Amino acid sequence: MSAGPGRGHELGARLREGDLSAAAPVLNLVESRGDQARTETERLLAEVSPATLGHEAPGQIVGVTGPPGVGKSSLLSRLVAQWRARGRSVAVLTVDPSSRRSGGSLLGDRARIERDPSDDAVFIRSTAAGGRLGGLAPATRAAATALAVAFDVVVIETVGVGQSETEVADVADAVAVVVQPGSGDVLQFLKSGIMEIPDVLVVTKSDLGQVATRALADLRSALAALGSPPTAVVAVSSIAPPSGIEELVQALDAHRAGLDLRARRVRSRRMHALADFVAEYGDRGLRGLGGRREAERWLADQPRELDVARLTHGLQERAGS
Amino acid sequence: MAAMAQMPPPRLPERDRPWMMRTYAGHSDAKRSNELYRRNLDKGQTGLSVAFDLPTQTGYDPDHELAKGEVGKVGVSIAHEGDMRVLLDGIPLDQMNTSMTINATAAWLLALYIVAAEEQGVSETDLQGTTQNDILKEYLSRGTYSFPPGPSMRLIADTIAYTVEHVPKWNPINICSYHLQEAGASPVQEIAYAMSNAIAVLDAVRERVPGELMGEVFGRISFFVNAGVRFIEEHAKLRAMSELWDELGRDRYAVQSEKHRRFRYGVQVNSLGLTEAQPENNVYRIALEALAVTLGRSARARAIQLPAWNEALGLPRPWDQQWSLRLQQILAYETDLLEYPDIFEGSKVMEDLVSELIDGARAEMARVSELGGAVRAVDYMKSALVESHRGRWRRIESGELTMVGMNRFTSTEPSPLTSDADGGILVVDPEVEAQQRAALERWRSERDPAAVEAALSELARVAADDAQNIMPATIAAARAGVTTGEWSHTLREVFGEYRAPTGVGEASAVPDEDMAELRDEVERVSEALGRRLKFLVGKPGLDGHSNGAEQIAVRARDAGMDVVYEGIRLTPVQIASSAAQEGVHVIGLSILSGSHAELIPSVLAALADAGVADVPVVVGGIIPDNDAVALRAAGVAAVYTPKDWDLNRMMQDIIALVAERHGVDTAAPA
Repeated sequence: MSAGPGRGHELGARLREGDLSAAAPVLNLVESRGDQARTETERLLAEVSPATLGHEAPGQIVGVTGPPGVGKSSLLSRLVAQWRARGRSVAVLTVDPSSRRSGGSLLGDRARIERDPSDDAVFIRSTAAGGRLGGLAPATRAAATALAVAFDVVVIETVGVGQSETEVADVADAVAVVVQPGSGDVLQFLKSGIMEIPDVLVVTKSDLGQVATRALADLRSALAALGSPPTAVVAVSSIAPPSGIEELVQALDAHRAGLDLRARRVRSRRMHALADFVAEYGDRGLRGLGGRREAERWLADQPRELDVARLTHGLQERAGS
Repeated sequence: MAAMAQMPPPRLPERDRPWMMRTYAGHSDAKRSNELYRRNLDKGQTGLSVAFDLPTQTGYDPDHELAKGEVGKVGVSIAHEGDMRVLLDGIPLDQMNTSMTINATAAWLLALYIVAAEEQGVSETDLQGTTQNDILKEYLSRGTYSFPPGPSMRLIADTIAYTVEHVPKWNPINICSYHLQEAGASPVQEIAYAMSNAIAVLDAVRERVPGELMGEVFGRISFFVNAGVRFIEEHAKLRAMSELWDELGRDRYAVQSEKHRRFRYGVQVNSLGLTEAQPENNVYRIALEALAVTLGRSARARAIQLPAWNEALGLPRPWDQQWSLRLQQILAYETDLLEYPDIFEGSKVMEDLVSELIDGARAEMARVSELGGAVRAVDYMKSALVESHRGRWRRIESGELTMVGMNRFTSTEPSPLTSDADGGILVVDPEVEAQQRAALERWRSERDPAAVEAALSELARVAADDAQNIMPATIAAARAGVTTGEWSHTLREVFGEYRAPTGVGEASAVPDEDMAELRDEVERVSEALGRRLKFLVGKPGLDGHSNGAEQIAVRARDAGMDVVYEGIRLTPVQIASSAAQEGVHVIGLSILSGSHAELIPSVLAALADAGVADVPVVVGGIIPDNDAVALRAAGVAAVYTPKDWDLNRMMQDIIALVAERHGVDTAAPA
């Protein structure tokens, strides 16, 4: 039903027209397994690809990641309100780490994000990560790519700290890593290179005063010592009265303004294709490509305009030969 | 024989005075509840226990969207001082001892009580009674909170600081372990969390009263406990609490007076163990539970209220409540219970039981303390309770825990008690809500708007200044004719709103053997659907009793479903929006407040508006048979009540329902 013939085509067209109510059926489709669903998802992605649009999807794809309990959901409540106040539509894809031996999961994140339920320009969808902390749900890449055509902002919220944010960096235009004051591990991760340098660093609970100020200073000096490109560090407080939220939106906008969007999205499509390939053929398939680095090198040499399906098929052919 | 002569006589020189006897009562409006109170007092009840409706408890006026279907339902609607005046009409407040089950809005209802007394010519210094005023257990179990933890603790501290000085005979807070047991707490958890809660409250008050008053403060703190049917252990629990409380007063707060350190508690015995099946058996359970809190003199309740035999069926009628009052009177006046000193003194078994509980409670209290105290440990305690309840339910299902008439000895004759025309429960007049709305409109039009505005802006100013006590501005607002909703709204604007943790995300998944079949079935149906079976569990309306919904959510997860659970107090539009956005295959709604007849059709309509009318809806709650028929006619796929206690069977039904709606073959019988 959700993956019937022509579904991908129809949903793609609705997204191109800016029909936000297509979001739920789009997610139903991209989350579906089976050959029919895969074909329709490929069609959907082709419908919203730069080749069809004539440009990259205009939505801003933002990754929001950080350890459990730092206040990501409260921050998102405020961020969503701020974006809405600026007239932007927002889709939030929360990737919940909960997933158990039973295969089932309890998805509670949407409850913590305050929203006006009658506002159709805010869409929230929870998915289970399949047990990988900080990893993306298999459908999240396709969902974010598609929704960025119709929504002004697409947020991918993941849980984790350390290496886990690399996966979200593959798909997002900007990654905001959220930490709370006094969490020294983030400093350690940055210094030791375990953690890639985020596009924006957010320090929550700035209402804590001195602790927060010191955390901010420590992070700034660590980043300076690493000689990193200018990473914005923003202090926010989500409790009433909130603060720093406008600055964060501005920092994300500034990042976007200075971004080579095309290059980032091309990379995103290549990593998407590789992820799809690995999901299907596993490590064995990867060995057939000569390993991950070799596969990435091959992808980097492909024409920039290829969409995800074509890239994935290319990998399949290569692995088969 | 000299030794014999020195032994104390086995009887007290004078029979003890009985405890305070109350009935938790109130429904519809102030006038009807006042009539009920007067009748109850005529029957020999010695104190009042006011049940407020959910809008009053959570701070909404009867005309607020969230109040729909709830006005006057589980208690009386009190929207302003005029309602309070009518509620207490003809009841001499200088003599009455009134207990109010009120928490988030306790400061407000206390102010209304003080002003109503003032109008009777009774000074606040003469008032006696209790405001429940315990917010942590609202986050953990009962769900009628309004504000975030910080400001809520401040309101509690303010009412305590105020009453200690101005209303000296008032018990400003009842630390409740009652609802923890209802949420599944073991005796050790019940003791530990209640004590940790008390510490959090006392630490907060310490900041707001002069040091020399701490003894008085400690002496005004009372408890509201639960007693289950395992009445020996339950009695030991109360002795353990007495000891811990005395120790806490001495060691942590340096309370000198022994009298101030005495453990004082009121009780409502267990509702969790009352069954819908063969409900007449509940009378025995209630009697045995009453023994737990009366048997030993050194840990006897100060005040008792007993549930009615038919609580698992619906709201009890006055006659049902009278039957429970008579039980108290028989215990106090017919038996010889009150003629003896403590009958467990010197009992080795009781002593050992008490020290076992104390050891366990100390360990659990240390855990909470390590997490930064009770306020910060709400998440931990909540998930521990969900986990504990889960274990209890599994034991009932496996038969390890016997529930007579429910999972054992189930064959029965038809009950003449439930065959009355009304099914043996109270039905609140559906006109009450409209009447209360109209009355509120009149009240608003007749008061002085300038005075109301001035009172509210003063309230907002005081609320924003943490150094001030909220009570004087609140009392002034009550005098000016402010409404319950206006008072709460003003504070929400300053304090913000809050959603308590659901505790379900952390509940561990135990791969029980008997779940394998269910999981296979979920896999099979999910495969046919194309994606994992997704289930939305929702609680519409103001009812905060989420224990059942939480267990359903955890079980569905364990069966392999993706479960979306957003906690309590959802509007129909919120539920519909979540169902549509999340792409769920089935929706489960839980309502225990009896407002299903109003709320469920609203949710169905909202689902249709959101374009997901085809998603099947199942409903669980305390739902009389006649109502169940009506709900099914309105489009509900299935209705579950407390007699459907086998959750795995419910899961089977839900999977089959989804399969059927999507044209998936149902499983071959195993």
